[in-house]
Amino acid sequence: MARRRIGATLLLAPAGLWLLAMLVLPLVVVLVFSFGERGPAGGYAPAFTLANFLNLGSRGAAFRNTLVLAPLGTLACLLIAYPLAYVLAMRVGERWRTVLLVLVIVPFWTSILIRTYAWIFLLGGQGIPKLLGWLGLGQPMLINTPFSVLVGIVYGYLPLMVFPIYVSLERLDKRLLEAADDLGAPPWRSFWQITLPLSLPGVATGCLLVFILLMGEFLIPAMLGGGKVFFVGNALVDLFLQSRNWAFGSAVAMALVVVMLVTVTVYMRLMRRWGGGRDDVALM
Amino acid sequence: MQQSPLQDMDAPIAEFRAVTKRFGAVVAAEGLDLAIRRGEFLSFLGPSGCGKTTALRMLAGFEEPSEGEVLLDGQRVDGLPAHRRPVNMVFQHYALFPHMGVADNIAYGLRQRRPRPSGAEIARAVDRALETVRLEGYGGRRIWELSGGQQQRVALARAIVNEPKLLLLDEPMAALDRKLRRDMQIELQGLQRSLGITFVLVTHDQEEALSMSDRIVIMRGGRIVQVGSPRDLYDAPRDRYVADFVGKSNFFPGRIEGADGAEARLAVAGGQVIAGRPRRAFSEGQAAVASIRPEQVALLRPGQGVGLPVRVLTGIFLGEHTEYLVRHEDLGEFLAHVPRQAEAAQGRFAPGDEAIAAWPEGAALILGDD
Ligand SMILES: Nc1ncnc2c1ncn2[C@@H]1O[C@H](COP(=O)(O)OP(=O)(O)OP(=O)(O)O)[C@@H](O)[C@H]1O
Ligand SMILES: [Mg+2]
Repeated sequence: MARRRIGATLLLAPAGLWLLAMLVLPLVVVLVFSFGERGPAGGYAPAFTLANFLNLGSRGAAFRNTLVLAPLGTLACLLIAYPLAYVLAMRVGERWRTVLLVLVIVPFWTSILIRTYAWIFLLGGQGIPKLLGWLGLGQPMLINTPFSVLVGIVYGYLPLMVFPIYVSLERLDKRLLEAADDLGAPPWRSFWQITLPLSLPGVATGCLLVFILLMGEFLIPAMLGGGKVFFVGNALVDLFLQSRNWAFGSAVAMALVVVMLVTVTVYMRLMRRWGGGRDDVALM
Repeated sequence: MQQSPLQDMDAPIAEFRAVTKRFGAVVAAEGLDLAIRRGEFLSFLGPSGCGKTTALRMLAGFEEPSEGEVLLDGQRVDGLPAHRRPVNMVFQHYALFPHMGVADNIAYGLRQRRPRPSGAEIARAVDRALETVRLEGYGGRRIWELSGGQQQRVALARAIVNEPKLLLLDEPMAALDRKLRRDMQIELQGLQRSLGITFVLVTHDQEEALSMSDRIVIMRGGRIVQVGSPRDLYDAPRDRYVADFVGKSNFFPGRIEGADGAEARLAVAGGQVIAGRPRRAFSEGQAAVASIRPEQVALLRPGQGVGLPVRVLTGIFLGEHTEYLVRHEDLGEFLAHVPRQAEAAQGRFAPGDEAIAAWPEGAALILGDD
């Protein structure tokens, strides 16, 4: 018994130490900083004040953008990824499946920076708008809008959504679909009644993954939002690297952590309810 | 076309007409011709890969025949998808919906009907189905809370609640232990009689097929070898394959020495001749095999009768009889089933004992050897 516990402790030790060093300690530092002041030459000066938190309103736009575009981006990814994953898992033969799966991740082989630059060109004045202009469809402003940020998000995060959904569809026991067919369900009804509910764990995982990562995103809004559509992540970059107000930056970071905890908790609660008490839906 | 009700009842509920099914180069079923009678319990029996499941899936609508026609109740159904066929299936691994409770699983088929039955109607039908499979009160359970046997019953209830014209069962008992399987077999048979639904069972367990079916279809390599009642198949197998597959038998290969319609004489090893009923026409010199069921072979103490002198090798007690493996100098090893009463009268044989093996006239069948 005792020996077993020692064994378990030893096995957990590396992960535990890692978490302590990489997660807990920085968080404590940020927490302490968030109650401090900006040093005279920037950075941090010890103090105990709530001023940073009271000042959070000045970054309200960043929070608003994040809280609107992160869920919206997640939804957009989901709506595009589900049909894609469905076709890959249910309609494509073994041989082509691997090829197509590789194609889904190919964009990840180059840096996100380079790929997003490509989108700056595509969405910019010389890209798609110009093409639309030629076609006589007007020349809409695409770059530096919430739309361009969403495009970037879908582009960058799609594979993260496709894979968990693909896996859950792939694992789905196809005999269940035959059973539904046998019992009189036409294909579209067996999709709603069998396939979709049983792939919800994958949907839940994909959404959680994309959403959490989007909450901290800064590269896509910085490049495709042109300083107009900025996320909390951009505010943090600005506060830590440009205006060097570490104390206020820490407060913003703490606020983001809290917002994230709340939304993720609410999300898991909802998923658990929809999943009819099945833990796999909520936790996967 | 108008038909009298009587004719209608005699018409087969389902038919295969020259049905062949190919999967690429693999011929899974070839030239199937079969009429399934209304209300019968029919089994497909054969070794793994002989095309039993394929035949069943063509009835269900999961596979389309490459050639030939499938008829349900007199109507051609090729091209009709499974969800539009009045047929239901009990799947080998049940295929119960894991995200639904027991009642919802059973109600699934009823809920697909248009117009949709009322909630009360569905609830009543589900309760009745649960009662039929003796799972009263289990409606609220989750699937994973059930034992294998209970899941099997739910799968059965989910199918019969729809009152299909044909209930298809693909090795429904393969995952159950022996005792439970026995119970389920009896129950299933009783259920079939009381519901009056035509059952089509696929199995590779000959005991199961023999004990439950009105008729058995013996398959081999995608073809139907013989169709008949369990008794027919046991007493009058068409060839060695059927005799071997249905019950145990001793086979003695040889060459036909002479044959007329009623009797054939087979010259077997060591100059012995076995006379028996031929199951087809033979010509002299043709290779054939004599088949003698072990329970027709009597074992006697030396000097107590006329027969073949043998030596007992082993005896296995099987309850109602003992199965002795004996050896004859020329014929080699074969089996004899000695019933309890006979044993009580003459005592048990021990390995190494000398004995006389004998069978009544007409016990041997002379079968084609292929
Ligand atoms: N979808 C398929 N694709 C290719 N070949 C198939 C397919 N289904 C069946 N076969 C082949 O057809 C033949 C008959 O298969 P089937 O499943 O009908 O056998 P079975 O008698 O049910 O065997 P078992 O007792 O093992 O279930 C086999 O050789 C099998 O490999
Ligand atoms: Mg099979």
